[in-house]
Amino acid sequence: MTYFLVVGVTVAVFAILALSLNIIAGYAGQPHLGQAAFFGLGAYTAAILSTRYGVSFWLDLPAALIVAGLVGVILGVISLRLARDFLAITTIGINFVMVAIFQYVPFFGGAMGIPAIPSPAIAGHEFGYRDFFVTAVVLVIMVAALSAYLERTWFGAALKAIKDDEQAAAAVGIQVASYKIAAFVLGTALAGLAGGFYAHFMSVVTPNGFGFPVSVSILSMLVFGGLGTIRGALAGAVLLGIMPEVFRFISNYRLLVYGFLLLFMVRFQPQGIVGEDSWLVHQIGRLAGSLRTGGARRDTAGG
Amino acid sequence: MTLLEVDRLTVRFRGLTAVDGVSLAVAEGEFVAIIGPNGAGKTTLFNVIAGSLRPSAGEIRFAGRPVAGLGAARMSQLGVGRTFQVARPFGSLTVRENVRLAAGRHYLANPLAAWGRRGRDREVEARVAHLLAVTGLVGLADRRAADLNMGGLRRLEIARALALEPRLLLLDEPAAGLGVDGIRPLAELIRSLRSQHLTVLLVEHHVGFALSLCDRVVVLDQGKKIFEGTPEAVRRDERVITAYLGESGAGEGAMSGGD
Repeated sequence: MTYFLVVGVTVAVFAILALSLNIIAGYAGQPHLGQAAFFGLGAYTAAILSTRYGVSFWLDLPAALIVAGLVGVILGVISLRLARDFLAITTIGINFVMVAIFQYVPFFGGAMGIPAIPSPAIAGHEFGYRDFFVTAVVLVIMVAALSAYLERTWFGAALKAIKDDEQAAAAVGIQVASYKIAAFVLGTALAGLAGGFYAHFMSVVTPNGFGFPVSVSILSMLVFGGLGTIRGALAGAVLLGIMPEVFRFISNYRLLVYGFLLLFMVRFQPQGIVGEDSWLVHQIGRLAGSLRTGGARRDTAGG
Repeated sequence: MTLLEVDRLTVRFRGLTAVDGVSLAVAEGEFVAIIGPNGAGKTTLFNVIAGSLRPSAGEIRFAGRPVAGLGAARMSQLGVGRTFQVARPFGSLTVRENVRLAAGRHYLANPLAAWGRRGRDREVEARVAHLLAVTGLVGLADRRAADLNMGGLRRLEIARALALEPRLLLLDEPAAGLGVDGIRPLAELIRSLRSQHLTVLLVEHHVGFALSLCDRVVVLDQGKKIFEGTPEAVRRDERVITAYLGESGAGEGAMSGGD
């Protein structure tokens, strides 16, 4: 049981990360290849606050969110003016620099990281695996609900407009730069939240837990599931998160498999498996349609 | 009252002077066309007025305030609506969402204030419905904009610009890429805007089309204004005819043909 809960919590954390990246890369269309840096920033924030200042889990989470978001503002302002391909490279750079800072600045505990992060507690009862799992699922639901709301707002539509065409977006009065920064801040802050939670769950943070390969994993999940959709982010995190557990022989080559899947999807099914207009969604739609009407409407459909 | 005033505007790109000291004024309710042969600087001038290019020298005043270099988003918020020569739809959004975004432009001015839900503002929705009807897009409203054909895209461009409730509408070669049977309904649509006393500045390569619509015409050649006057006078102007004939033998045909 413990094993399933541990896998479940890890999948949930990656689901939050995929949803957070989806705001930046999915809705706003900005290629961000360094999301693990902000995941790490949140984790280190929680680790430092709890081990050195005795701050509780419940305050660590918002703190991790805010710190990652603030750094997101600064780095966003600097880098989002770049064209998309340069932005991709810059965000990779951000990831490597962040890991180097965690590793070489003594404040962050060096290569050994920060150990002995306390478990959260409610009314004296220390968190068990089940509590972590429930909390993680609640966080996923909250972030998914936020994303769903976002899609219905003017903000969400503005991001999609920017993704489609920046010049046309400006022509309808959208300040493209400020919207990109806002999306970046929101996405990086949520990655920080995931990090804060993850630090307490793992009870130790180390620099290489937040390296570029983690960013690639998050991106692979999102693209595999379906860039720009909530269900895509969730499906990608669940499927790619569970896959190495089910097929044990994969786990040593996990990154290789993720990278291969990323290339494969971009080449053959850029919508992802359950994204907008994907092959699978069409098939399910057709199946559902024919079940509902017994195929009777097939002749009249298509208008 | 003068709505738009362009004063000795110059735009240089690395030694090439695309617009060279052009002045013009557009009064409220007026329909002005800018024509000229290829490379005359029409589109450059247009982009400077729309805010997406910064002039090298000169000033632009909109409703009395200097606006040169404010940026496209600010110009749009101030009441300048534009269309694009090559249609730029939000391809992943539906036709309705495309128009709705423009209709809700006051919700979009600031990302911190854009957290309300779309589709809740009755006034905005009414305007969207009205514009879809006026531009003949009702039947296509829930299609993805990327799936529209050329004629549909042209109408969407205009619907989206009108949804901004612009004080000044900038039309950048709306007839580009349309065949004869596409141009006629478009001309009718644009003519109907005139009856609503909208102020329009039209940039057009298709001379006959432009002259049939406008009150006044400005002719650019090699970045300079070579003529300004009525559509009747421009057909007889020596410099204008020379400019067009100098471009190619088809110039005379361009001057008289069209609509």
